[in-house]
Amino acid sequence: MSATATTAERFDNHWSYAEEVEVLTFDLNGETFALEAVIVQEILDLLPETAVPGSQPFVASVINFRGKVIPLADLRLAFGMEAAEATIDSRIIVIEIDLQGEHTLVGLRTDKVNEVTTLAKTASEAPPSIGMRWRADYINCLVKRGGEFIILPNLQAIFSSRRNAAGAAS
Amino acid sequence: MSTLDPVAVFRTEAAECLEAIEAGLLDLTHQLDNKDLVDAVFRGLHTLKGSGAMFGFEALAAFTHHCETAFDRVRKGEVAATSELVAAVLAAQDHMRALVDQPDADHGDTGSTLLAQLQAAVGGKETPTAAAPAAAAVAAAIREAPAKQKNSWRIHFSLPANSMANGTNPLGLLDELRDLGECTVRANTSAIPPLDELTPTELHISWDVTLTSEQDRSAIDDVFIFVLDDMELSVEDIDGAAAATAAPAAEKAAAPGAAASAPAVPAAPVPEFRPVEAVSTKREAPAAVSQAKATENVRVPAERLDELMDRVGELVIAQSRLSQLASASSDIALRSVSEEIERLSGELRDTMMVLRMVPVATLFSRFRRLVHDLARETGKVIELVTEGESTEVDKTVIERLADPLVHLVRNSIDHGLETPAGRLAAGKSEAGTVTLLARQAGGEVIISIKDDGRGINRERVRAKAESSGLIQPGQPLSDSELLQLIFAPGFSTAAAITNLSGRGVGMDVVKKTVEALRGAIDIVSVPGQGSEVSLRIPLTLAIIDGLLVRVGSGRYVIPLSAVEECLELSLEEDLRSRGRSFISLRDSLVPFLRLRDLFRTGTKPDVHQKVVVISTGMERVGLVVDQIIGDHQTVIKSMSKLHNNVATFSGATILGDGSVALILDVGHLVAAGQQQEAQLRVAG
Repeated sequence: MSATATTAERFDNHWSYAEEVEVLTFDLNGETFALEAVIVQEILDLLPETAVPGSQPFVASVINFRGKVIPLADLRLAFGMEAAEATIDSRIIVIEIDLQGEHTLVGLRTDKVNEVTTLAKTASEAPPSIGMRWRADYINCLVKRGGEFIILPNLQAIFSSRRNAAGAAS
Repeated sequence: MSTLDPVAVFRTEAAECLEAIEAGLLDLTHQLDNKDLVDAVFRGLHTLKGSGAMFGFEALAAFTHHCETAFDRVRKGEVAATSELVAAVLAAQDHMRALVDQPDADHGDTGSTLLAQLQAAVGGKETPTAAAPAAAAVAAAIREAPAKQKNSWRIHFSLPANSMANGTNPLGLLDELRDLGECTVRANTSAIPPLDELTPTELHISWDVTLTSEQDRSAIDDVFIFVLDDMELSVEDIDGAAAATAAPAAEKAAAPGAAASAPAVPAAPVPEFRPVEAVSTKREAPAAVSQAKATENVRVPAERLDELMDRVGELVIAQSRLSQLASASSDIALRSVSEEIERLSGELRDTMMVLRMVPVATLFSRFRRLVHDLARETGKVIELVTEGESTEVDKTVIERLADPLVHLVRNSIDHGLETPAGRLAAGKSEAGTVTLLARQAGGEVIISIKDDGRGINRERVRAKAESSGLIQPGQPLSDSELLQLIFAPGFSTAAAITNLSGRGVGMDVVKKTVEALRGAIDIVSVPGQGSEVSLRIPLTLAIIDGLLVRVGSGRYVIPLSAVEECLELSLEEDLRSRGRSFISLRDSLVPFLRLRDLFRTGTKPDVHQKVVVISTGMERVGLVVDQIIGDHQTVIKSMSKLHNNVATFSGATILGDGSVALILDVGHLVAAGQQQEAQLRVAG
């Protein structure tokens, strides 16, 4: 779990240095999420997917991203939401994250990509321990904006714990 | 070329030079009387000294000079090459490497200690400990050896016109002659063409030199040792009056009395040409060096190659779309361009594939030195045999395998091989053999380390594992499980901790590294006959021939090397095999796996299903697929860590239409098939 801590720290550092952070917001199952804009590589239309039998359901396929084979993750499944059909607005956000010290490109399937915006630190809150539908450790923080909450997922926690769980199972 | 840092160029050159010297020295240990090897080492040292001084590595040049001197004596037959001398120079060569890498660092007394060893090895009278006396003694040794008597020589030499282009500097030769003794030099400028026909980089001057020296004749030959083959040289002993011709083509013997009658002109009699020579020499020499480097190797960061690889992958995909468009079009010009691009991108792809592949010889060659050092350290007689050195592996794999192999070779030598006495007592030859073997098998490369030593002592492994709590006392284990225990962290069967191994680190690191490469380790060990550890490493970035198949709606690649045959699964066979999943293939039972079930495609089987029979060595398994699409050349792309747990696939590849197909890991499938078969046997 040390990797998670470091990322959280890094995120906090970033947050505290800048007081605000540039993010890309997107919709997933009616909720608005945000990712740090610096980790976003590209936004793509849906691509042909290749299923990987035997993999974790939330990273069940791979895509060809500019000649690289990268995993395609569905955060929906990580958060325990129902899988949904793709719509005309569905996009893939390609991000780069650290997995065990290795830069890894991952595609995230989203319902709709909104905008690049700036979130202020003062508006952020730690995820409440109760009253949430999702695992608190999968969420970095919530940011209040105009009467609704934007969720900043903790990608490290999501990808690490999935991997660890898979490792333990095998 | 102007951006090339000359010091970096020198370092690369010096590294190669040192490698050549080391290889020569190691060869020399086996054949101490091989004159060619002595010459080769001497030449290497001489080059290193020369270019070191040229690039401002004074300490290196000074230090190397002593080794060169020692080898010079061997070359002249004054002392015999001994294993002590070779060992001393080998050690000295490490110091030279340090001097190349960190010329300004404080190397303490290393240099003087090494020189003292060197001095002792060439059989010096004194055994001085300080650097200066040692150096002086070595240098003095050579000066004392020749006759004290002064001789006079008349030397005529001319170099080929293009010799400056090869990096030869005639002024350097003259300087070296002058170092031998009193010298009178006269340049013969008669061959210089008129100015408008003059090529400034060509050499048209020949020289007559009168030399009075107490050195003997061979010292003069040494000056010309590197150019002797191409030049004309005649050396005349004025005192003895007997003309001695050294060069093969010496028709241009010096006219008698030419030098004597000539006025005594100092070294540069034609000053107006000197600047031209000096400039052109300076310009030519580094250019020649960097040109040679450029053709031999270019160092490129691995990630740039990866990027290039990805771009080429994209290009191939774009090209295949273009081909589709072109084939649907009636425009002949478009079609011909499309064909052209198809050919070019195909070639580019092929070239790309092999860019990162290097032969394992580069890896194996490092072990000669290790084995040599270990042999001296342990007192064992070891012969290193390497096989399959031309097997090509991805460069990153080579780099990552270096450390694990060092551990394994050390283990073989320290634990595996017996002492010479022990070997003789066991009825074996005195010399133990360690074999490094590489071969490609399908999508994998197998690198084995084999020794003919005592083998792994199972009782000791078990006792150790029980005492350290790895296994329960008396726990039943298969032989391979037992042997795999040596890879457990902190495991060591060495009774005493030696310098080499036995500290309980190493084997677990080996296993981790190999697993990080998605490889596996097999151990075979026969008591009294030796052990073999095989690393099976997938070629992470390689091209393999694959068989493209369809299962449900997905397409998969089966490495063609593993495919034995394809047959149709007849309807009745399919129905009959409902309970038991094997088919009868030429009187033997072959279990099969329905990939459709394994991958949970949820589709109905095709009417004419096919069975692809694959094998890894002994085992055979059939894979039931819906359709065989055909041969497909495959670039293996590794999968991300998020899919590390999916053992069924060794990687992925991008097909011509840009979609991704997964590559089946045949080893895992066969294992799965065996498991299924075993379950059936238990059940039935």
